[in-house]
Amino acid sequence: MSNPRLSLGPNLFYWSRDDIFDFYAEVAEMPVEIVYLGETVCSKRRSLRTEDWFDLADRLSSAGKEVVLSTLSLLEAESEMLTLRRLCENDRFMVEANDMGAVQLLIKQGVPFATGPTVNIYNPATLQVLANKGLKRWVMPIELSKETLAEMQTKRPEGVETEIFAFGRMPLTLSARCFTARSHNLPKDDCQYKCLDYPDGRLLSTQEKKPFLALNGIQTVSSLTCNLLSETTEMKRLDVDVLRISPQSQHTGRIVEAFHHALQDEPPPPLDRYVPLGTCDGYWHGSAGMESKR
Amino acid sequence: MELVCPAGNLPSLKAAVDNGADAVYIGLRNDTNARHFPGLNFNEKRATDGIAYARRKGVRVFLAINTYPRPDGWERWQAAVDTAASLGVDALICADIGVLDYASNRWPDLNLHLSVQASSTNYEALRFYHENFGIKRAVLPRVLSLSQVKNVVENSPVGIEVFGFGSLCVMVEGRCILSSYVTGESPNTCGACSPAKFVTYKETPQGMESRLGDVLTDRYGKNEQAGYPTICKGRFEVGDNTFYAIEEPTSLNTLELLPELQAAGIEAIKIEGRQRSPAYVAQVTRVWRQAIDACKQNPDRFSARAEWNHELDKVSEGATTTLGPYYRPWQ
Repeated sequence: MSNPRLSLGPNLFYWSRDDIFDFYAEVAEMPVEIVYLGETVCSKRRSLRTEDWFDLADRLSSAGKEVVLSTLSLLEAESEMLTLRRLCENDRFMVEANDMGAVQLLIKQGVPFATGPTVNIYNPATLQVLANKGLKRWVMPIELSKETLAEMQTKRPEGVETEIFAFGRMPLTLSARCFTARSHNLPKDDCQYKCLDYPDGRLLSTQEKKPFLALNGIQTVSSLTCNLLSETTEMKRLDVDVLRISPQSQHTGRIVEAFHHALQDEPPPPLDRYVPLGTCDGYWHGSAGMESKR
Repeated sequence: MELVCPAGNLPSLKAAVDNGADAVYIGLRNDTNARHFPGLNFNEKRATDGIAYARRKGVRVFLAINTYPRPDGWERWQAAVDTAASLGVDALICADIGVLDYASNRWPDLNLHLSVQASSTNYEALRFYHENFGIKRAVLPRVLSLSQVKNVVENSPVGIEVFGFGSLCVMVEGRCILSSYVTGESPNTCGACSPAKFVTYKETPQGMESRLGDVLTDRYGKNEQAGYPTICKGRFEVGDNTFYAIEEPTSLNTLELLPELQAAGIEAIKIEGRQRSPAYVAQVTRVWRQAIDACKQNPDRFSARAEWNHELDKVSEGATTTLGPYYRPWQ
C-alpha cells in the first residue's frame, strides 16, 4: 500500500500571461506536492518566456512545491531544440521529458529525470532501460490500463516512481498542423493565437451533435474528462506514487481538494459539475478511453 | 536513394521486387506490427519464400516489429525478433525501446532500423537510439517540413528514410491514440488504427453513414464515395461548420520533391501501403523506380512527369494527392 502524492500536470492549454500567473498563485495554496511547469504543446505559445517559467518555478519552489519542468512534446524546429537544451541544462529543477530527444539530452547531462505520458513506456524492459539511464519517475501512457499497471509495478526497477494521469481532458494526439487555426480557416503561421479563446480546447462534435474531441492547437484532447477519483484505493493498492491532475481553466482547486480528501479516505464530493462536459474512465478499466465504467 | 516498398503478402512482395524495389518491408501475422489486418502479412513459410525470391533478384527484405508490447504480450515480441533473426532478414524495423534492447543484445549482428512508430522527429532522439541500440537507419514521422528534414539529416548519426507516397498520417505516428479512445485498440497496442471490426456503414435518410464504434465519423451525399472511417479523416462540427476538421482524405505524393530529397541526403524513400493490393504495389513501385532513376541521372532537369502522377492518382486514397507537411514555405 502506498500513500500517493498529488501532482498538477503541465497546463496543456493556452492562457494569457495574467491568467497563468493568477492560476499558479492559487496553485501555491493547493494541497498538491508536485507541480509540472512549462509549455508542452506549441512553441508559438509565448505568453510566458522561458525566463518566466523559471521565475514561476522559483516562486512555487519557495512555496514548498516540488517543481518539475516539462518539455515540448513534438519537436520539429531547431529553435525548439534550443529551448529544450536550456530546460534540460538547468541545474535546479528536475525535468519531465515528453519526447525521446529530451530523454537523450538529460542522459547526457547525467541528471535524474521524469518522463511524461507521451514517452512510450509500455513494458518493464523499456522501464528498465530508462531506469538504468536515470529515470526517476514515469507517467504511464494514457491508453494503458490498471491491469498493465499491475504487471509493470511488480517488475518496477528500484527507485522509480509511477505516476498516473488521474484527472483531466486526455492528450490523445499531436500533429504538425494546427486544428484550432484550421477551424478558423487560418494557416498555422498566421494562427492569431486563437487558442487563447478556448481555455479548455475547442469542442469538436460529430454530425449527430455528440461532443467528441477538443482541439487544442496542434494537440487533440478528449472532450470527456478522465476522472479516476473513485480509484484512489485501487491506486494505493497498486503502489502508485503520484496521481496527476491536469489543469483546467475553472475549478482546478476544487478537484485537487476532492482528490486530497479521497487519498485520506474521506468521502470526496462528486466532480461532475466541475468538468466542461462529462467524465470517462475507460482506459483505466481496459476499455475504449471514452467509456465510463464507474 | 533506396526505394523501399510495402508487401502485405507474397504476391505483393513479388510485385515490388519485379517492378524495381531496392528493398521490401513485411510483417508477421500478429500484433507485433502496425499493419495487423485480417488476412494480411506473412507466416514463416511465406516469409522464407519471399526472402528467397527477393534475394535472387538482389532485393533486400526488412521486417517490421514496430508496435509496443505490453507486459502480457512480451514473449510474442521476443519470439518475433527471434523469428526475424532466424529468417535472415536484412533489417528489423522496431519502435519499442524494450524490443530494441532485446534485439540488439540477443542478435548483435542484426541490422536495426527505427520505425516511424518510434515517433522520433529530431536528431537528439535519433542519437538515443543509435547510442543505445546501434540503429543503422531511422524512418521519420510525416510531420516535418523539407527544411526540418534537412536539419535532421545533417545532424543525424544514422541514415534517414522518409515517406514518399501513400496514405497520410496527419498525426505524429506512435503517439496517436484516437483509435483506442474510440475502440480500445490503437496502432501502438494492437497494430491497427481504426480496426475493421469496429467499422460500420449504414444507409440512412440523411445519407450513407460511417461509424467507428459508436462514433459517427461521416455522412455521405448521393454522389460521394464513402471513405474508411479513420477518425482524423472524418467530417465533424466545430463552431458552426461541418467539415474535415482534421484532415482531408488525401494521399501523400512527394514525386516532385525528389531532387530536393536527394540533395538533402535522404538515404531511402518509403512507400506506404502493406494493406494495399499487389496491383497497387506494382504500379507505385514502377512509377517511383522510373522517377528515382530519372532523378539520379539528371536531378537538375528532373520534373515529375504527368503520366507518373496520373498513374499514382489512380491508386491514391481520396484520389487527390498532397505534398503533406514537406511543403511549408514559411519555415
